[in-house]
Amino acid sequence: MNYEGRLNPTVRDIRPSGIRKFFDIVSEMPDAISLGVGEPDFPTPWGIRDYSIKMTQKGYTQYTSNRGLLELRREIAEYLESRFNISYSPETEVLVTVGASEAIDLALRCIVVPGDEVLVPDPAYVSYQPNVQLVGGVCKPVTMKMEDDFRMRADVLEAAITEKSKALILPYPNNPTGAIMGKEDLEKIAEVVRKHDLFVISDEIYGELTYGQDHVSFASLPGMRERTVVVSGFSKAFSMTGWRLGYAAAPKEISDLLFKVHQYTIMCAPSLSQHAGYFALKSGKADGYQSVLDMKKEYDMRRRLLVSEFNKMGLTCFEPKGAFYVFPRVKSTGMGGNEFAEKLLYSKKVAVVPGDAFGESGTDFIRCSYAASMKALETALTRIRDFIGG
Amino acid sequence: MKKLHLDILKILKDDSRTTAARIAVMLGKAEAEIAAAIAAMEENGTLLKYTTVIDEEMLGQDNVQALIEVRVSPMYSHGFDAIAGDLTAFDEVKSLYLMSGGYDLAVFIEGKSLREVAMFVSEKLSVMDKVLSTATHFILKKYKVEGVACCRGSSDKRLVIQP
Repeated sequence: MNYEGRLNPTVRDIRPSGIRKFFDIVSEMPDAISLGVGEPDFPTPWGIRDYSIKMTQKGYTQYTSNRGLLELRREIAEYLESRFNISYSPETEVLVTVGASEAIDLALRCIVVPGDEVLVPDPAYVSYQPNVQLVGGVCKPVTMKMEDDFRMRADVLEAAITEKSKALILPYPNNPTGAIMGKEDLEKIAEVVRKHDLFVISDEIYGELTYGQDHVSFASLPGMRERTVVVSGFSKAFSMTGWRLGYAAAPKEISDLLFKVHQYTIMCAPSLSQHAGYFALKSGKADGYQSVLDMKKEYDMRRRLLVSEFNKMGLTCFEPKGAFYVFPRVKSTGMGGNEFAEKLLYSKKVAVVPGDAFGESGTDFIRCSYAASMKALETALTRIRDFIGG
Repeated sequence: MKKLHLDILKILKDDSRTTAARIAVMLGKAEAEIAAAIAAMEENGTLLKYTTVIDEEMLGQDNVQALIEVRVSPMYSHGFDAIAGDLTAFDEVKSLYLMSGGYDLAVFIEGKSLREVAMFVSEKLSVMDKVLSTATHFILKKYKVEGVACCRGSSDKRLVIQP
């Protein structure tokens, strides 16, 4: 079979993941401590698992409505309204997806026409750029800096915009930096978005994980709802990563298109996951989202520990107020993030993710996840301290 | 009990070696405030002891541990406290709880041998005033102690590196 020149060059030309190499190495080191895990270290709360087991036993394994179980969509709509002050019709504006990942893909497919420019933060989650490329879009990086606490600046965004700019991906709280954007920060971005009539894909998957201040949804700002697809899900807040359950909330005009693609490519999100998600929101509403609060409290302690310790050992680390990552700069060691991560792994068996896996702006940084036990974090910190000191 | 005290206790329960300085960082408080709170809890008896959780199978010793269900006749105006006080005094008694249900006191004891435990029950416990009956159950294997699984090996099922 002659593959050369016959398979899709768009896919072929997508850059391989920068973390793949590390994954392969760390996988061969069973005693390495990994601070490179991008999912919670808490299991899905037992009540959710138990409910799903019961629904499995009762045989709720059929396809659901393409848009997702109506009772789940109602809970999602109510959750978004009560938690983040954004209002969507569960019947026509909420779509249940296979993780937030599918929602991002759908949003790009429905908004981007080949040749459109999509403004993508740098550094940011590894999937945005490939997703933009897959729909024929052109990525325009919007650089973020530690000096700004990795918040997106309106003037930097403005400078990246051209007549071909169509959409902005706005992921806050942010992976890999842990940065958040407060209301005032977002309002400045909203001015630019309004001025250039951009669409916004607001990835709010870490919206429950903020420390010291509440998350503000971009769609809650005046004039932004009509142009924003809010993407979120159950992975981080409810520790339901493997359940693959997310959602897109958008005005009907956009949601109808998202639905069309979803209907033909996915049919529906996994039915048992949907039932589990319904229980997660319903029970969370009843107990004040206690499982989320407990998890957040634990993360907060770990966050403070890492920020303090990294700064003490000379790796300047701004204080992130979201997600479960810290993003210290390793330049003071004379190494870039890639070299630092590789040498640390081989000499001390501690795995971190090089910052440049998330974009060029991350070159001098490493991403450390604190979705790990306090014991693992303390051991890793001791080894990193030794590595730097040695 | 203040929220701060509860937060401190939760950390110490997980690792009692955690210093006041470290707890201060984790909770975003001043070290002096944490140290004072810990001292107050030691003073008022909230914090009774700093200890360890050990997987005793790793020690290779033949110590015997047992749970003894004890039914007693409580004393008028003293309830169960008097007999509980007497039982607490025995070194062999490691834990003692007043229980609801089919018996009154759960007594956890430890001895060097089965015979030693049996002798404790027959010569010291059963003969005590107000003890109506005892039922001894020997602990054969511990799977989880104080929230910690005793088996070795990582239970982390996550992929080692993820974006």
